[in-house]
Order: sequence, then C-alpha cells, then structure tokens
Amino acid sequence: MEQEIALTAVDDQAALPLVGRLHQWVVTVDHKRLGLMYIGGGLFFFVIAGLQAVTMRLQLAFPDNHLVAPQVFNRLMTMHGTAMVFLVGMPILTGFFNYLVPLMIGARDLAFPRLNSFGFWLWLFGALLLYFSYIGGDGLYGAGSAPDVGWFAYAPLTERAFSRGNSTDYWILSILLTSVGSTATAINIVATTFSMRCKGMALGKMPVLVWLALVVAFLMLVALPPLSAAQAMLLLDRYLGAHFFDTQAGGSAILWQHFFWIFGHPEVYILVLPAFAFASEIIPVFSRKVIFGYHVMVAASCAIGFISLGVWAHHMFAVGMTPAGNAFFAASTMLVGVPTGIKIFNWLGTIWGGKLRFRVPMLFSLGFLFQFMVAGLSGIMLGVAPFDWQLTDTYFVVAHFHYVLIGGIVFMIFAAIYYWFPKATGRMLNERLGKWHFWLFLIGFHLTFDPLHFAGLHGMPRRIYTYQPGRGLEGLNLLASIGAVVQALAVLIFAVNVLYSLANGEEAGPDPWDAWTLEWSTTSPPPEYNFAIEPEVRSRRPLWDLKHPEDPDWQYE
Amino acid sequence: MLATQLIPRWPEKPLYLVKRCILLGAALVIGAAPTAASDWGVGAANSHLTHPQVFAPVSTPARDIETLAWFTIAVCAGIALIVGGLLAYSIVRFRARPDDDGREPPQVYGSNPIEFAWTVVPLLIVFVLILTTARTIYTVQAAPRPPTALSVRVIGHQWWWEIRYPDLDIVTANEMHVPVSDPAHPAPTFLELESADVAHSFWVPQLAGKTDLIPNRKNVMWIDPHTPGTYLGQCAEFCGTEHGLMLLRVIVQPRAQWEDWVASQRRPAARDGAAGHGREIFESTACVNCHTVRGTVADGRFGPDLTHIMSRDTLGAGAAMNTPDNLKTWIKDPNLIKPGVLMPAMNLNDAELADVAQYLETLR
Repeated sequence: MEQEIALTAVDDQAALPLVGRLHQWVVTVDHKRLGLMYIGGGLFFFVIAGLQAVTMRLQLAFPDNHLVAPQVFNRLMTMHGTAMVFLVGMPILTGFFNYLVPLMIGARDLAFPRLNSFGFWLWLFGALLLYFSYIGGDGLYGAGSAPDVGWFAYAPLTERAFSRGNSTDYWILSILLTSVGSTATAINIVATTFSMRCKGMALGKMPVLVWLALVVAFLMLVALPPLSAAQAMLLLDRYLGAHFFDTQAGGSAILWQHFFWIFGHPEVYILVLPAFAFASEIIPVFSRKVIFGYHVMVAASCAIGFISLGVWAHHMFAVGMTPAGNAFFAASTMLVGVPTGIKIFNWLGTIWGGKLRFRVPMLFSLGFLFQFMVAGLSGIMLGVAPFDWQLTDTYFVVAHFHYVLIGGIVFMIFAAIYYWFPKATGRMLNERLGKWHFWLFLIGFHLTFDPLHFAGLHGMPRRIYTYQPGRGLEGLNLLASIGAVVQALAVLIFAVNVLYSLANGEEAGPDPWDAWTLEWSTTSPPPEYNFAIEPEVRSRRPLWDLKHPEDPDWQYE
Repeated sequence: MLATQLIPRWPEKPLYLVKRCILLGAALVIGAAPTAASDWGVGAANSHLTHPQVFAPVSTPARDIETLAWFTIAVCAGIALIVGGLLAYSIVRFRARPDDDGREPPQVYGSNPIEFAWTVVPLLIVFVLILTTARTIYTVQAAPRPPTALSVRVIGHQWWWEIRYPDLDIVTANEMHVPVSDPAHPAPTFLELESADVAHSFWVPQLAGKTDLIPNRKNVMWIDPHTPGTYLGQCAEFCGTEHGLMLLRVIVQPRAQWEDWVASQRRPAARDGAAGHGREIFESTACVNCHTVRGTVADGRFGPDLTHIMSRDTLGAGAAMNTPDNLKTWIKDPNLIKPGVLMPAMNLNDAELADVAQYLETLR
C-alpha cells in the first residue's frame, strides 16, 4: 500500500515537462528536496574550491614559482577557505540533517518547511555573491577581484586603509547571508527534534545522528551571532566611519580575533559533529552491532558542545595573552580531547566482536577513525600552548586541520553519500568505482597532508605564496602537490560514479544495507510525505525489532 | 556499462594502477615547474645556513619548548600506537569471513566499567599535560628581565621589519644583530614588538616561539642565543600581498664582534665624494620621502633606514641577496623581485640608476 502511493507520486513528476520539474524544485518546501539541493550545491562549490586548492598546490610545488601572482594566490587562499567552510561544509552537513532528521524520527517534514526553503535560498544567493566578487569585487566597471584578506580576515587588514575596493564587502555580505540561512536551519532542527518525534520515540530513543544534529543546531545558534555581529561592525567601520577594528583610530585588532574565534572554534565542532553523527550510524550497520554505549556517546556529544564554547583563544596563543589566560585555554583545549576520545573508544567498542563488512561507506568510516585519531592527537600538541607558539600559523596547523576537515569530515561525507545515496535516488553507487575513489583519495590525502606536518616543523608559515630554496622545504612541498592532484583524480572518479549510477546503478530497494533506523522502512526514494502511516517505535533500532522479533532491542534499553 | 568496463576490476591489479595514478599526478605537477625562475641568490646563500627548524633550538625559550614538545609527542605517539593498534587488530580480527553463517553477532549495548575506565585514563593524561604545559608557559612568559638585558624594538610594516635599539641609537631593518648569551653570564635580548599597520608575527624557530606584532599594542618576548650564527625567520601572520616574502634574519655574534657592529652602525652615513652625483639624484627624487639616511635631507620613515644599507645581507626583507646587480634591479623596479611591494619603480634612466646604486654602495 505504502509503496503504491509512492510510485504514483514519482510517476506524476516524471510526466511533467522539464521546466515544470525544475519549477517544482524551485518552489519546493520538502525537506528532502531542500536537503538534496544543499548537498548538490555544496558539492558544486567543493569542486570549485578544490580546484582552487590544487592551483595553490601547483604554485607551491616548487620554490620561487611564478604560476600565480602573490595577490592571485591570496585570493585563492581566501576563497578556498571561506568556500570550504561556508559554501561546502555547512550546506552539505545541514543538507544531510535536513534530509535525515525527519526520516529518522518518523516525521513528515521539518517543523517549519517554508523557513527551511527561505534558509536554502539565502544560502545559495549568499554563496553566489562570494564568487560574484571575481567579477564585481572592485565595483561594476569590469575590474573584478575576489577578497584577499584570508578566511579569518584579521583586522585591520580588512579596514578601508588596507582593503580598497569592494571585494571585502562581498566577503562580509556573503557570510552574513549564509549565516542567517544556517541559523534558520538550526531553529528548524531544534523545533523538529523537540516536537515532531513519532510515537514512542523518547529523547533517549532518538538515533545518535539526531542527537548530534540537535547539539550542532544549538552550537550554531550560539556561535553564529558573534560572527554576524562582527561582520556588521566591520561594515560599519568600512562605510559609516566606526572604529571598532580601525587601529589607526584607536580600534582593537584583537577584538576581531575574539569575535571571530568565538564563532570559529565552535564552527569546527559544528562541522565535525555531523561527521561523528554519520560514523555513529554507519559503523554499527557495517559491524552488524548496536552502537556501544549509547548514553555515553550522547553525553560525550553534549560535553563536546559545551566545552567547545570555551576554547576559542587557543587560536590566539601568540597574541600576547597573560600566562594565566594561556594556561586556561590550554587546559580547556586539552579537556575537549576527553569526550572526543570517548567517542573513538565507543566506535572501537562497536567494531569489537562484530562481523565487519567492508563496503565503501565502511571503508571511508575506517579511514575516518584512523585519521581523526591522528588529528585529535596533533590537536593536543597544538593545545600545549608553548608548543603552539612554534606551531601556530605554520603548515603544521594546515596539516592538522585538513586532517580534521578532509581526513575526518570529507571522508565521512563520502561515507554518508555512499550510504544514503540509495535512499535518496533508489539506486546504489557503483562499488568498484567507489573502491577506486576510496583508495586513491586515501593515498592522495596522505601524500599531501603527512609531509605538511614536517614542513611546519621546518619553519614554513601558512598563507605564503612562495618559499625560498635551500631551507629544506622543496621535497615536502613537491610530495604534497602530487598528492593534491591524486586527490583531484579520486574526486573525478567519484563524480563519474555519481553520474553513472544515477542512470545505471543497481536498484536499491528500501533497505539495501540491512539497516535498523526508520529511514530504511520507507521506499527509496521516500514519498513526499515520508511515511504513509506514522510509525511507532519501541527502541532505538525499530527495524531490528521488526527483523528479530525473538530478540528485540527494547528488552535491553 | 561503459564506465565499469573502462575501470579495471578491483582488486586484481590495484597496486600497479594506483602507482600509475600517482605517477600521472606527479607528471601533472612537474608540468607546472617554473621556467628558470631566479631566486636572486637566496638559495645558494641559504645553503650555508642551518634550516630554521623547531627541533634545532639555540636559545632558552626554544629549548624549553622543545623539551615540552618531545614530551607531548611521546605521550601522543603512545596513545596513537595503542589506539591505532587496537583499531587495526579489531578490523582484521572481526572482519566478516567468507564462510559466515549470516547470523548477527552478539549485540553488546555497553559496559559501565569499561566506559568509566576510558574516561578516567584520558582525564589523568590530560591532567599531567596541563600541569607540564602551565609550568613551561610560566618559565618562558614570566621570566624576569635582568637589568643587563639588551632592548630591541621591532616594528612590523607591510612587508619589512623596522629594528631599533633605543639605548644605542641604532635603526636598521630586517636583520637583527644580537650578542651571544653565555649561559654562565646570561645576556638576553628583550624584544618589544609593535606594528605600524596590520598584524604581523615575529618568528625565528631556533630562537623562540612566535609572538604577534599588533597595532595599538606592545608585546614582549625574549631570546638568549647560545651559539653564534645567522638564524632565519619570517613573518608568520598573514599581513597582505607580500606576506610570503617578509623574511627576517637574526645574526648572533660574539660580544666583541657585536660591539664592533654597534660602533659601525652608530657612525653617521658615509660621504664619499666620488658618489656625489648619485647622492644628488637620491636626495632630489621621491627616495627621501620614505627612506632615511642619517645626516642628510633624507628623513622618510615609511621605508627602511638606508644609513648603513650595505652592512645588510639582503634586500627587500630577504627577497634578494644584497649584490650590486640585485640592488640596481631593485631600484629600477622592485616589483621584479617582490611583486606587490609598496616601493614604486623609480623610473630612472640607466646613467642615473648606475649613479644612485653607486651612492648606495658607499653607505656601509
């Protein structure tokens, strides 16, 4: 019955002409379509910002290289950083939450569907505004240029005296708009998880992913306003003669840094907690075991959320804080390692005693586990404030946070795409291309980012457009650049896989992975209303209960 | 179907093909290799110096940091070995076998004692790390300043370093000379860090960690180099277009040699009659708006002090070695050496250029 209704809905759409179908995507308020548009948009900017990174690596492949001019390099660096955070990480992860949260809690949509649509379009136009600066950054007389102040945009480099033209204004407005979009999503997720869970789903029965979505939403609500406030202050400085950050008129450069990192560090967790969320769904299914220590997992997530609000100044150990200030932020930074460690141990506990199936989502998840562990440990090194006086603003930091952002988050995004692609499209991604994608990406990733740790220890600062020969940096940089191209090849294979599988992939059916959460109980792709009848659950793994009536979960929870 | 036919089967020959992909990547990168780019003599000069490494300290703060760094690395490596080893073991040990019976493994929902243990053990490790960290923070940051310490003011500019010795009446740029500090008779140098425009960061890895130079703020750091030599460093906070070539060197000299250097820097600018014409040109063009040559009409403050420019190893904050040819190129158009630099091309004709260069070469 459920399936029949779903099929007619899909047929209706296919009958529409192309313009009509596109129109449906534009006017949609369906959380699944908006989620997919977020993910698709994010992947589009992932390719652009990734190619910008490859260009930077080619420039840095050799000392004294002249592939791009210094200012062009600085624009690439700024756009790569800004885009990867606001135009790639945020939309892909909010896209997944948009898509999955209602399905996993047995709801028919998010609490405020039209707010959701509003947030998406704000995000999209904010994102386009950022790249429009390449055309209109110096005003509309044809001379374009993107912002070149770095994604952190330290004052007073962003003030009118040092950043003429309009490129910095595009950066400010783009981030303001995308942040408002993200805030809308955050409100929606909080409201949805609190008020739209299906019958029987107490807070303690929500899948770990939904718990993490809730923590991320709260973090967004707390972390984004300081950023937006700082952007507004910067606009006031630039246009109305305010002097918040204008040091030439007595403003404070450090004030900007505090505002930026009060947002910036929770932002790291806003990006990485969704990766934890995917891992907490995927690893159990492919280990064939229930998540180990659900309550501790949830508690650790909340702890990370709280502690991450008190660590921001570890980005500022070199600005000349007092010893007490440095010691406080060193301590809070290392403390956040404890709940993070607990999570890794719990995933290990989930794997332990399981029957591991090495399908592509699991391969990416295992890569994530190793790499995230290394990233966490290099993070501890950076938290040791005196060591950080040497490491901060060097390639060691670049290597560390790419271990988090690529080795952790991007790996889990790929895992999530391989895992939920069948749900969203009804077709499986090709396993063989997927394995190629995984192994090449893994090798390319390590070729690039392992040597960069050593480049940093060898005295190579970040954000430099070139380096001089004879300082021991040549070999490390060449390796890193080769790795960047290998990663690009891997992403190309992924793109081929997506396009190929959309048309020719194996039919998935509703539950291709033999999984346990509610989204796998409806058709693939799910109908617009998700569930014909509101589901009723008794445990955290409702489909396990269905499949194993002799040994249901609710006996143990 | 086509795509799957093109892609070789997994995993018959994976290594061979992975190798191919890496070679292809390498070929693409090397295709972007520069065509005979000049490094203005810097590469050859650098090869005589030690690499600016974090793990080759010659000064107390850098040494304290190194000790703490090795301790931290040892702890982290231990954790990585144990956790990584357990992960690798469990991945191999618990893989699904081909002869699997298809039954689900036993479902384990958690274990309070185990979870308690792996919460408490990390807490203890973190506690130890916090204590050792705090100790080093205080020994480095709160070190008392002996009355004999040398004071140096370092002022960051886009994209060069102004270096002033307030007690000695010396102004120079980009290359700081300090006396060696014998551990038996410590003679540390205390740096006051300021900025004239945007944020910069002072970093010479072998001497100390970095400290930012922030406008409207005075930061302090100290060094006490034990070994004479030239130590490379550079700006470590993004400061605009030429952040990449805002280089720095600290020249550590035995006391007597350093005192000779001080004496020579305190002398007024040389006046060599043979270079009089070049001097006239220098003093009648825009040069004097930005540069100072003490004792002449040139008293600009925007660019580096040139009173003893020939006593310095490099030009353009380390962008080029200070050779006569490089000097001429620099005056003619500094953008050729350091694109985006704030000094404009001086548009001198060849004769004027030669004269000005000749004059500058007398400023020893």
